Amino acid sequence: MRSFIIKRLLLLIPIFFGVSVLCFLILYFIPGVPAKIIAGEGATKEDIENIRVVFGLDKPLYVQYLRFLRGIFTGELRSIKSGESILKEIAPRYVGTIQLAFSSIIISSTLGILLGVLAAVYKNSWIDNLAMAFALIGASTPVFWLGLLLILVFAVYLKVLPSGGREGFKSIILPALTLGLPSSAIVARLTRASMLDALSQDYIRTALAYGIPKRKVIFKYALKNALIPVVTVIGLQFGFLLSGAVLTESVFGWPGVGRYIVDAVFSRDYVVIEVGILITAMTFVLVNTSVDLLYAVLDPRLRKG
Amino acid sequence: MIKLKLLEIRNLKVYFNTEEGIVKALEDVNLEIDKGEILGLVGETGCGKSVTVLTVLRLLSNASTISGQVLFEGQDLLKLSEKEMLKIRGKEITMIFQEPMTSLNPVFTVGQQLMDVIQLHMNLDKKRALERAIEVLKLVKLPDPDYIVNKYPHELSGGMRQRVMIAMAISCEPKLIIADEPTTALDVTIQAQILGILKHLKEQLGVSILIITHNLGVVAQICDRVAVMYSGYVIETGTVAEIFQHAVHPYTRGLLKAIPPIEEKVERLNVIPGNVPNLITPPSGCRFHPRCERYKDGVCNAQAPSLRQLTETHTYMCYNPYLPEGVVEEVNV
Ligand SMILES: Nc1ncnc2c1ncn2[C@@H]1O[C@H](COP(=O)(O)OP(=O)(O)OP(=O)(O)O)[C@@H](O)[C@H]1O
Ligand SMILES: [Mg+2]
Repeated sequence: MRSFIIKRLLLLIPIFFGVSVLCFLILYFIPGVPAKIIAGEGATKEDIENIRVVFGLDKPLYVQYLRFLRGIFTGELRSIKSGESILKEIAPRYVGTIQLAFSSIIISSTLGILLGVLAAVYKNSWIDNLAMAFALIGASTPVFWLGLLLILVFAVYLKVLPSGGREGFKSIILPALTLGLPSSAIVARLTRASMLDALSQDYIRTALAYGIPKRKVIFKYALKNALIPVVTVIGLQFGFLLSGAVLTESVFGWPGVGRYIVDAVFSRDYVVIEVGILITAMTFVLVNTSVDLLYAVLDPRLRKG
Repeated sequence: MIKLKLLEIRNLKVYFNTEEGIVKALEDVNLEIDKGEILGLVGETGCGKSVTVLTVLRLLSNASTISGQVLFEGQDLLKLSEKEMLKIRGKEITMIFQEPMTSLNPVFTVGQQLMDVIQLHMNLDKKRALERAIEVLKLVKLPDPDYIVNKYPHELSGGMRQRVMIAMAISCEPKLIIADEPTTALDVTIQAQILGILKHLKEQLGVSILIITHNLGVVAQICDRVAVMYSGYVIETGTVAEIFQHAVHPYTRGLLKAIPPIEEKVERLNVIPGNVPNLITPPSGCRFHPRCERYKDGVCNAQAPSLRQLTETHTYMCYNPYLPEGVVEEVNV
């Protein structure tokens, strides 16, 4: 188990370099000379040449990449538009995004697993039908539409929750629900299938034959097995939440990395885009590494290093 | 006073409702097991052996009809509440299944699974339960029980897993162990070891064992008595000597003629001409009559034969049995 964890953590290093090269290159190869874009319309040849020198765009590619890397670790990289340190700008927004993503993951996994287990245990009953109807609707609801609907109901009519901003616990509820509900639908469907499979296994018959009470059989003996595939999907959902967050952040005026990157795209602030994508991608990688570790906790057959 | 049997199954009938129709899996099953006895239950595939034992533990979830009596120490298990049954399962009566590879939970250690059962039924704290788990692993002759107890099922061989199952079966000092084809999935040498362990446990702990098998060789090796099932009926019971030397039912005789050599691994016993009857529209009268060599028209196909008794231990259901010379009298039970 120990060597398995160390191996997974060491693997993060090459992944980081791979991802950073990709982020760096994608923007390098998109059409349009960066210096021209930065200089804006009507810039003279000298202006553009100046900018190339100031931003180091005249240097060879690998030098540019190394400067980019150094800039990330020292926090020297600056936004082209505001001139501020990107790390300083992104830090509070990153906290916002992570808060939102984790709140919605918690909603999506607890609600999803609960509904999935209920649907499996009461297979073909009205409980099952209701849960699966919810899953179908949830999985096919567009995020922005759900966001507006929730604002209408809870902020405009009931006036119990704020419609946007970021002040205190109350303001995170609606955006987290907007992101979490559709994802919980997917988790619910998978949990149901996986739980039905587990419940039909021989070891469940053994547990019942030994007088283990039904509740314990469901929540201990079957669920631990059923969760193995579910955990993977929850990890992947995290990626969906990070990208879905852009829309949610806009609808609810939630200051997060998603909106920061989108704004940078509009203002051609390519360094911000690079750093923003790199941070988002690494967050996704970290979450999935944790999922792999959790996987090994659940399934002893995977612990071989 | 009549001596109480440990387990007495009386006129057990079990039907299932399926899309194709009503499956009459058990029609009239009668069985008895004494304390400290090993009873073998044999019969072709689909005759209802598993359904019989699953009914004893009330583990069938979808049966449409269950009638008759399952008397365990005089108490009818079919009348108990689900909560009362939880105290019987795993404590008074335990089960060993055919598939050692899949009968244990892959995500818990052997020790965790044993301790769950032990703590549930024996009121022991964690430390004592662990000691008991190691003790029962020793009883089934697993090498290095302190080590095995922390292993996951996938780290053990099939034979070792089946020993773990047996350890679980004896962990709470049951009065009856039901083993549903405990050795079918194992190779022959392991099979002999497992049977040896079961026999040894019976002698050491005085527990009764009901063993289901396709293999009459297994019966000869460890059983005291045998019950032969055919299509939802127990058609003959007797001591091993009575059945092997003086079987009276034509079906039992057919089975005995077909005993394969002991070293051969037997998956399914199906050697008497004709097919196992359909259970939705079974043959009238004695369900064996279409395949029977002693069939009497107008008798065997009219009505199911009743239970008859030859000796104190030997019973059968047949209109035209192979009776020993001089025996004419039949006593209806
Ligand atoms: N849950 C069920 N629903 C419907 N039919 C069933 C059910 N369980 C068993 N049966 C039917 O009852 C009959 C007896 O099955 P059972 O499993 O008891 O046979 P068996 O004697 O144990 O056979 P084998 O030697 O193959 O294990 C079979 O025809 C089977 O199809
Ligand atoms: Mg069976």
